[in-house]
Amino acid sequence: MANTPDYSWPPEDKRKVIGTSPQRLDGPQKSSGRAKYSSDMNPKGMLFGLYLTSPYAYARLKSIDTGEAERSPGVRAVHVAAKAGTEMPWQGFEIAAVAADTEEQARDAVRKIKVEYEVLPHLVKDDDLAKAGTRARQGGETVTGDPDQAMKDAEVVSEGQYGFAVVTHCCLEPHGQVVQWVPGNDPSGANDHVTVWPSTQNVSGYAGSLGTNIKVPATNIKVRMDYIGGGFGSKFTPDAWGVVGANLSKQAGGRPVKLYLERSTELMIAGNRPSAYGKITVAGKKDGTITAWTYQGWGSGGFTPVPPPDQPYIFTRVPNSRRNRTGIALNGGSQRAWRAPGNQAASFLTCCAIEDFAHKAGKDPLEVFKLNAQYAPEARVDTYRFQLDKAAELAEWKTLWHPRGEGGGGTVKRGMGIGVAAWNGLGHASQCRAVINTDGSVSIEIDSQDLGTGTKTIITQVAAETFGLALNQVKLVIGNNDLPPDGGSGGSTTVGGVSTSTRKATVNALDKLFAAVAPDLGATPDQLEAVDAHIRVKGSPNKSLTWVAACRKLTSSISEMGTYNGRQQDTAGLATGGAAGAQIADVSVDTETGIVKMNRYVAVQDCGMVINPRLAESQVYGAVIMGISTALFEERIMDQETGKYLNPDMEFYKLAGIADIGNIVVHMDIRPENDKRGVIGLGEPPAVPICAAVSNAVANAIGVRVPQIPLTPDRVLAALERRNA
Amino acid sequence: MQAFEYANPNTLQEATGLLGAQWGDAGVLAGGTDLLSLMKENLHTPKRVVNIKNIKELEGIHRSGGGLRIGALVTIDELAKSHEAPRSLVEAAEYIPSPQIRHMGTVGGDLCQRPRCWYYRQGMGLLAMKDGKSLVPGGENRYHAIFGEGPAYFVSASSLGPALVTLGARVKLVSAKGSREVPVASFFVAPADENSRETVLRPDEILTEIIVPNTTMKTATYEVRQKEALDWPLAAASVALTMSGNKVTAAKVVLGHVAPTPHVATAAEEALKGQSVTEATAESAGKAAVEGARPLSQNAYKVTLAKVAVKRALLGAVKA
Amino acid sequence: MSSKKDPELPVQPKSGFSRRGFIRGVGIGSGVLGTTGLLPKEAAAAPGAAVVGPGPVAMTLTINGKPVNLTAEPRVTLLDAMRNYLDLTGAKRVCDRGTCGACTVLINGKSVYSCTTLAIDAQGKKIETIEGLPVNNPVSAAFVNHDGQQCGYCTPGFVMAAHGFLREHPNPTEADVEHGLCGNLCRCGTYMGVRKAVVEAAKGMKGGSNG
Repeated sequence: MANTPDYSWPPEDKRKVIGTSPQRLDGPQKSSGRAKYSSDMNPKGMLFGLYLTSPYAYARLKSIDTGEAERSPGVRAVHVAAKAGTEMPWQGFEIAAVAADTEEQARDAVRKIKVEYEVLPHLVKDDDLAKAGTRARQGGETVTGDPDQAMKDAEVVSEGQYGFAVVTHCCLEPHGQVVQWVPGNDPSGANDHVTVWPSTQNVSGYAGSLGTNIKVPATNIKVRMDYIGGGFGSKFTPDAWGVVGANLSKQAGGRPVKLYLERSTELMIAGNRPSAYGKITVAGKKDGTITAWTYQGWGSGGFTPVPPPDQPYIFTRVPNSRRNRTGIALNGGSQRAWRAPGNQAASFLTCCAIEDFAHKAGKDPLEVFKLNAQYAPEARVDTYRFQLDKAAELAEWKTLWHPRGEGGGGTVKRGMGIGVAAWNGLGHASQCRAVINTDGSVSIEIDSQDLGTGTKTIITQVAAETFGLALNQVKLVIGNNDLPPDGGSGGSTTVGGVSTSTRKATVNALDKLFAAVAPDLGATPDQLEAVDAHIRVKGSPNKSLTWVAACRKLTSSISEMGTYNGRQQDTAGLATGGAAGAQIADVSVDTETGIVKMNRYVAVQDCGMVINPRLAESQVYGAVIMGISTALFEERIMDQETGKYLNPDMEFYKLAGIADIGNIVVHMDIRPENDKRGVIGLGEPPAVPICAAVSNAVANAIGVRVPQIPLTPDRVLAALERRNA
Repeated sequence: MQAFEYANPNTLQEATGLLGAQWGDAGVLAGGTDLLSLMKENLHTPKRVVNIKNIKELEGIHRSGGGLRIGALVTIDELAKSHEAPRSLVEAAEYIPSPQIRHMGTVGGDLCQRPRCWYYRQGMGLLAMKDGKSLVPGGENRYHAIFGEGPAYFVSASSLGPALVTLGARVKLVSAKGSREVPVASFFVAPADENSRETVLRPDEILTEIIVPNTTMKTATYEVRQKEALDWPLAAASVALTMSGNKVTAAKVVLGHVAPTPHVATAAEEALKGQSVTEATAESAGKAAVEGARPLSQNAYKVTLAKVAVKRALLGAVKA
Repeated sequence: MSSKKDPELPVQPKSGFSRRGFIRGVGIGSGVLGTTGLLPKEAAAAPGAAVVGPGPVAMTLTINGKPVNLTAEPRVTLLDAMRNYLDLTGAKRVCDRGTCGACTVLINGKSVYSCTTLAIDAQGKKIETIEGLPVNNPVSAAFVNHDGQQCGYCTPGFVMAAHGFLREHPNPTEADVEHGLCGNLCRCGTYMGVRKAVVEAAKGMKGGSNG
């Protein structure tokens, strides 16, 4: 094999496994409750860990006394995380943790830790920038073109204010891990050994990060994770609890410790999506062309001020704009990445402002979105127009859409709204090992993780495609840091990463096999192909060996790596970035109660070459349902007087249920021009535009903008009242 | 949850004997859907939990003297499927969200559950007092009361209470010292201070049954809830109408989730007298029902919802 | 665990057992039942009303048709008993407050939240958990067929809720399923598949064993 192997994907008509929809491979294990998540691990001798956290929005720890807790029955270790003097700038801040024989004993012990606090002044609300005072940090002004002149020249000017509440990931499996730190005989930690079963989106990066923190070489840290109960961007590092859990284990003489956050703590400190508020003015021509955009935005992602995303979203080439952004330091847990971070809020602000502008101009928003798609990145302009038309067709826009406020005669009004999305989704750096054994068995080894996206199934499909085997002839091992490293699963980078490395590894391995058996088949290696569990000579199907017979000719197993460094130019055409997406919400609003019901939701999405259409569709369903939940129900509610998080539970932190989502229609945009781009990640892009589309649909239904999401009855009724006033 | 001792009595006598004079002495366990949550939050730390589920006499729905006796242990699911119970009560039970809660929760528990006010649940006390002032009127009160003058601003969490009040039902409360019957209308009270409770139930008592008088009234319940399930009502109304032909001769209209107790809407009851129930009269009754409402900073919308709930309950009651 | 005790704010007075109350109680009670009891037995401990705990108590649970013994405090929930004491980890602890359904099991054939059920109170009842179902039971299989799961953490709860639901509603429509499974929440957004799966499972269970 002197030449670079041909890694490219088989042409569409030659694919046997890619592009088909086998069931997710770990489905039976999950749906039968047999799947063991990290939080299900109960290694022998395991202790139960539990945190004490700060009850205040902002406080300084004056003193801590763990004496009584240490003496409490069953307690094996107490670890103080916040020493005297520590400033604790949010409720739920980790103070100390105990590990005890039973969870009940741990609860009793935690209650016995005595802490004195000095309470500091807090700010926990950010909807009113004027009240932020010194907590506001200006992000500076950006000007493009001449917005003042463009505003003066405009035929239509529309102004609006829009708000997007802080929402929390609320992964069903809370953050945490089971960890065992067995001290060795070397004080430097060189002989210490750690085994950890975390709930993490980054198995391969976990050991290095934990090791740095606990001063144990990563080589001595085994990370194991077969299943994870949701992450959505919030589970990339070992976090403080990884370190604390490890310390408890060491202190307890090496007994394993299970330390997972309680639900309330999970909602307080394990991540959130920042708020975003914006006053936006859109100006343009009567035909709906936008010429100018001004934006004053603010928001908060916790105590470190982070400004809200820039504007306009996607339509970045609007020629004239002025944008100011301000971050507010709030006494709340820190933001974390969450499924297209920044993009939901950005899309919400932009698409709402465009819809309001279309209304002001007296135009059909579908046409206004299409017209202004000229301002989208050049390569995507036609895609957006195509996808908007496709979504409109599936949503029956031409029949069902009506000008704002003309949603029918009764008290229940129907409306439709548009949102658009963009995301990169290029694969991350990834390494894969493909092993072909002399008995014909095949294994694929890659230190990745399957967040429920279907990664295991996808990798197996790619390997089976290359080898011409059935899925059950490929054994996949992931979730184990002894394997070749993959990246963290975030930013829709996994599928591009693992499919590229797996394709490269399997092609490399297959080439070795071809080389080994070519003489037996009287051919050169490049004349061979692997099809239907046979190695055969192209064009002469009778000159073939079964896969097993071919492998038996090997003198030793083949073990080949596939390596991809994460750069676009090194994908060998297997993966790329840059997805678009257009969505339309169809809602009904009961104008007497302000309750919004989803009728139908249409999502048109491209993601390059689709490996498993069913799993792709599930990703889009999931993204849309999560978005509907945000648009209608979710909100972190803080009390300014006390600084308390009032709904750190799943009762008043409301998630959409099975009866709240209406019907969802997914159309994967798999036109040949998309297919040939290679694999693009799909987790994020369809999760972007839902709040925008739903808010626009509600405005269309009731004739007035409800400025803030979630679109709760109080807000909808208040907007109706303003309209009627 | 803190440790407690556990008793599993088979008779009411045994059970009442295991209760104490103070609230912290014992917790009565039936469905447990509220008790366990309160105990996990350390809002209630009873030294003893008395499981009453093995007391046979607290089970079942029985006809009695033309009315119904509904045992405290009857589950919400059983009530929702009852052919005996008045429609408003069945509807109220059906609204209680989630099959699991309906399977576990009991009618006694529905009446005795503590408020869901988030200030209370987050440990700031039943009345959420700080420096002698309730945190609620100036705080996060979107789900709070629109009736009453404080200091209690939580809303009664009971789903069955409003219907039971319209039906003139009574509850039987039994202690080791004896028993008493209390109209459901006076079972719920608005506490005046942090040491009081939202019902007249005493710590040594068990609510054993609900006595629903016979009724030929047309009844209905309507709940406004944002989510289809696993969500609390924003407002609810139960109505019971005595009809002569298509005219209302007497009406009972009671609102739920708008006040610390089920709220009797006397003005609406008056407004309906002599009327037939139409869209227009139901609308007027709804308006009358919210007369005197004093919404807080964030919950004026609940006035609208209460009005709509009354209207829709009335229209439901007269619908075949 | 975050303490709800907030030193600066009034809390509900802990009207529990003051020392004075305890002494008074002892004075009028018979106190015959056990020495570990925290409360006086004022009613002279009617027979059968034995008080156990607060320390660990031997219990027997009937799980999936088999008696299982454990020793745990009365405060241990059925969910924690299964997960922490019996290594039955199919039911998940998510909200731990009876509002998400991930811990759903069947007790005497009805779906309940095991996080809000005391283990000691589940004695003598027929407890069915996901572990008692074959891997390929019709409901679980239908969840696979219709991809009604992603991360899968909510799925065992959904499957058990569906089993309970289908016993009462053998011919559901998707709308019935929405109503019948509304006591469970999913975060990944699998409801589209769940609706179809439960309708299909119902068909698959006709006339056969429903696991």
